[in-house]
Amino acid sequence: MSVSRFFDNRNTLGALFLLPAAALLLVFLTYPLGLGTWLGFTNAKIGRAGEWIGLENFQFLFGDAVARLSLFNTLFYTLVASVFKFVLGLWLALLLNKSLPFKAVLRAVVLLPFIVPTALSALAFWWLYDAQFSVLSWTLAKMGLIDSYINFLGDPWLARLSTIAANIWRGVPFVAITLLAGLQTISPSLYEAAALDGATEWQKFWHVTLPMLTPIIAVVMTFSVLFTFTDFQLIYVLTRGGPLNATHLMATLSFQRAILGGALGEGAALATAMVPFLLAAITFSYFGLQRRAWQQGGADK
Amino acid sequence: MSDKLEERSGMDYLQTLPRRWITLYIPMLVFLVVLLFPFYWMAMTAFKPNEELVSRATNPFWIVSPTLAHFEKLLFRTDYPQWMWNTIVVSVVSTFASLAASVLAAYAIERLRFRGAKQTGLAIFLAYLVPPSILFIPLAAIVVQLGLFDTRWALILTYPTFLIPFCTWLLMGYFRSIPFELEECALIDGATRWQILVKIILPLAVPGLISAGIFAFTLSWNEFIYALTFVSSSETKTVPVGVVTELVEGDVYHWGSLMAGALLGSLPVAVLYSFFVEYYVSGMTGAVKE
Repeated sequence: MSVSRFFDNRNTLGALFLLPAAALLLVFLTYPLGLGTWLGFTNAKIGRAGEWIGLENFQFLFGDAVARLSLFNTLFYTLVASVFKFVLGLWLALLLNKSLPFKAVLRAVVLLPFIVPTALSALAFWWLYDAQFSVLSWTLAKMGLIDSYINFLGDPWLARLSTIAANIWRGVPFVAITLLAGLQTISPSLYEAAALDGATEWQKFWHVTLPMLTPIIAVVMTFSVLFTFTDFQLIYVLTRGGPLNATHLMATLSFQRAILGGALGEGAALATAMVPFLLAAITFSYFGLQRRAWQQGGADK
Repeated sequence: MSDKLEERSGMDYLQTLPRRWITLYIPMLVFLVVLLFPFYWMAMTAFKPNEELVSRATNPFWIVSPTLAHFEKLLFRTDYPQWMWNTIVVSVVSTFASLAASVLAAYAIERLRFRGAKQTGLAIFLAYLVPPSILFIPLAAIVVQLGLFDTRWALILTYPTFLIPFCTWLLMGYFRSIPFELEECALIDGATRWQILVKIILPLAVPGLISAGIFAFTLSWNEFIYALTFVSSSETKTVPVGVVTELVEGDVYHWGSLMAGALLGSLPVAVLYSFFVEYYVSGMTGAVKE
């Protein structure tokens, strides 16, 4: 067997081709994933290897009011932002699917918030939310709707809602453009058939568009939930978790504890605590996909 | 696709004009204004002199006397050019390295069908779902151990963790659409697998390569949490991290230069995107769809 034929063997060549990707992912993804979980069960500090302390970190975090608040914030942030992203994103997708002047340009422009570095657009929001010079407050005051400027990021609940608004702004284009791709695969003949049967616009949406779109909605929203749940940049730039930890997400809190505070073990435990939620989201997506297979006449996997 | 759109618009004549304004044009306009206003505001602020920025008397939506002072400060009195250079180096190197690794991996999984190819494909997809916010703490420990802390290498080596899964997944889809027959013909003519990959598959997969490349470049340009954690000195920072951490001095916010920095840092990806919109969109939807 010549050398070149040896390299044409499926398994040898497959392993060879896979080597660069596999090596990088094993060292910088699989290993840290394991290391992170292990660190969560140790008392490691920056510059000091930790010892196994079992569930102590998790017990501590469970009793820690700030950690519990961050869990609440993360769930609230994810839930509210995702619902709005879905509704507004679907609406925008439906609008973009209609005949509009400058359609291609519109579609391109709409995606801009998703393209631009989040940290930098978050800075623009920080400026828009400024307590003294916010142009939003200026406009509302000029219209006579408010007397004093709004302290967008200074009040706990206002800060939560303001950061959520920024997150929605960034996420809607992604949902809209991916759902638009789904809408364009729905055959127009279905709408014609519905129209012949006398269906109203609303009935067409409810009985044709939505069922046909369900599979892609499941996938898009899983990604959206995943990104939102693990969000870091927006909060870091806008509030750094304040005021009074009201906007700390699990990701920002774990950064604060592990990197700024040096408690690697505790931070890693917080990050590990996010995993079950992520798994739940992925499982949800999996069942969404299965439903697609079933709808298209494929066998259940 | 254009056929389908024309068919769809075929029934729109049933709608009256006022109705179209209420259900279509006005909502679309509101969406546009909200989605684009932060960029307008970024640009306004970047060219506005400081006196106008803090004045409540003048109309804030316009500039009376535009100035380049903020850009001047940014380019000549901060490390901004250095951050820009770092971001370019890190994004370009990690994108090309990831693309090369992904082409090989995707070809192996999709076409060589070695033992365990299916499971490997699934593993790649799962790797794609691992978010950086649960990896950065252990990765920081590894980066320090390898002596890479505060170097560009720390970023060049860690960015592929999210780029490779994404690119491989996307390219697998593209390779799947290339007919097997082409490869079989080449095999019969005595071509090696390497020749097939370079001379047949890659030329056919150029759109996929562009999609993956553009998307990967944007992802690395926008990356924040790794760059924030693995780099500490100003000379090694990337644009997003540099602007957020270095330009904010104490309690006095220099909004003009902050927004100028945000604008300049957003421009390269926005320009690149405007040239390759279709590729970008097909990359984004392709990666979600499979």
